[in-house]
Amino acid sequence: MTSGGVAIGAVSAAAGAVPLDVDAVRRDFPILGRAVRGGNRLIYLDSGATSQKPRQVLDAERHFYTTRNAAAHRGAHLLGEEATDAYESARARVASFLHASPGEIVFTKSATEAVNLVAYAMSNAATAGPQAGRFAVGPGDEVLISEAEHHANLVPWQQLCERTGATLRWFGVQPDGRLDLSNADELINSRTKLVAVTHQSNVTGVVPPVAEIAAAAHAQGALVVADGAQSVPHQPVDVTRLGVDFLVFSGHKMLGPSGIGVLWARRELLEAMPPFITGGSMIEVVRMEGSTFLPPPERFEAGVPAAAQAVGLAAACDYLDSLGMPNVAAHEEALTAHALEALSGISGLRILGPLDTDHRGGAVSFVVDGIHPHDVGQVLDELGIAVRTGHHCAWPLHRALGAQASTRATFYVYNTHDEVDALADGIRQAQRFFGSESVGAA
Amino acid sequence: MYQEIILEHYRRPLHAGLREPFDAQVQHINPTCGDEVTLRVTLNGADGEPALADVSYEALGCSISQASASVMADMIIGKTVGEAMAINDEFLKLMQSRGAAEPDEKVLGDAVAFEGVSKYPSRIKCALLSWMAWKDATARALGERAGTAVLAARTGGGQDGDKEQS
Repeated sequence: MTSGGVAIGAVSAAAGAVPLDVDAVRRDFPILGRAVRGGNRLIYLDSGATSQKPRQVLDAERHFYTTRNAAAHRGAHLLGEEATDAYESARARVASFLHASPGEIVFTKSATEAVNLVAYAMSNAATAGPQAGRFAVGPGDEVLISEAEHHANLVPWQQLCERTGATLRWFGVQPDGRLDLSNADELINSRTKLVAVTHQSNVTGVVPPVAEIAAAAHAQGALVVADGAQSVPHQPVDVTRLGVDFLVFSGHKMLGPSGIGVLWARRELLEAMPPFITGGSMIEVVRMEGSTFLPPPERFEAGVPAAAQAVGLAAACDYLDSLGMPNVAAHEEALTAHALEALSGISGLRILGPLDTDHRGGAVSFVVDGIHPHDVGQVLDELGIAVRTGHHCAWPLHRALGAQASTRATFYVYNTHDEVDALADGIRQAQRFFGSESVGAA
Repeated sequence: MYQEIILEHYRRPLHAGLREPFDAQVQHINPTCGDEVTLRVTLNGADGEPALADVSYEALGCSISQASASVMADMIIGKTVGEAMAINDEFLKLMQSRGAAEPDEKVLGDAVAFEGVSKYPSRIKCALLSWMAWKDATARALGERAGTAVLAARTGGGQDGDKEQS
């Protein structure tokens, strides 16, 4: 594999990016006005876990429920038609956010379910007829992931391999959290049937060279999945340039509602892929002896669609596009650079991940000598600062980076530079609290 | 939440480290944060009511989980299993109280300091980690003992029977 290629869609200091009017943005998020422990103003630095929602998204969902609510794709009454129209318009809106076609967008309940959809479609492929053959894996085949994956893009592939007898292999990580691609030529080989990698790490912020990895995988005939749960909300993503076959992400991390996720896949793959979850909505003809299924995307959407959530997600796409994704990325890059600098200046603190913003998104995870992340998080919480503590559903990555757990700050459109400074001050306060012998109760 | 007693136990944990001999060892993990405790239980005397000759542990985790292990070991070593179980039950009740309990200091000793933790649902598991491990290890040690007794009865009774068999 060649090095030095350009990772398409990577965060970079977008030349010409327009600064966000963060005060105006913040006014759209009612929750940011609430007080938390000790009467403190909320400083929300946990958008990597789930983002807050602007009133435009809440209004869109509410508007659907108050004016058009019905089960989409069922019944011939007016509300049913309007609900179907709203749901399908939402699909089209999400598609345009990614430069995709509506027929390539499958709504799921989460990014996790979207990964499972592909993994289970692959295990179902063995018994789903000749056109599904390209998805089947078995003994002798290899599935390649990385040690940097979120459990959602790790455990489903582990399980697929356990079910089918395929072998799971993985890229290791370098000390700064970047993928170790030195043995890529060996790892990506003629036995490789699928490569699944993160498009932006939820721990280190690392943005791997997904397009390069995909090109190498395609040269061996393998399929490629990118986990976009942390990239789609934070950087412009254009599936026509990303180079992968499947992209998964969730709505709730990108200002949208919970309970809705997306699988984007190249249409010809969806056409050939067997279903995962079966039931109503996804069938063509059902007889007691057997059933046939609808074309995609409906084939993969059994049950009454989450129309209100889809509408909310479409409103989130509108909101993000009105800010401009390059501007969102530039705003977060500035906050990340500020955080890396402020936290690097704290003695006894180690950042898990690159110390610069080159191909790096805005997740800043760190460990503080002698203070467990839970305790760091607790002191920050007392100050009104919400961060994530633990292994962030990336246990193998923490092990690889020599950390039992970490504290993580993540940034989004509503975060400010003052909040980054408050984080650094809060960490120093935790150090004083746990480091000193005379302590008061927090 | 961070009472002085908790911080004191966190900085200078009592009875820490894994010791021999032991009757059962368990490892418990809090999957949300990766906190770990490895805990060993040693029961004394084959006859009469079983008591805790030693409880030793290695804890990797936050101040609450480490301090809780220290307080627990200090309170239950030397107690009968029944007495220790009663403390465990009282502590569990305190942790589930959401700050509304009136903890009995006579039963709970230093463990009353954890009252504040019960107001933080995400931290209750930290405080309970070593207690859960202790209960598990004790059940296994008792099971082991019962198994040995059954074996002994089958092979002709008591310790002598064991020796004969080996």
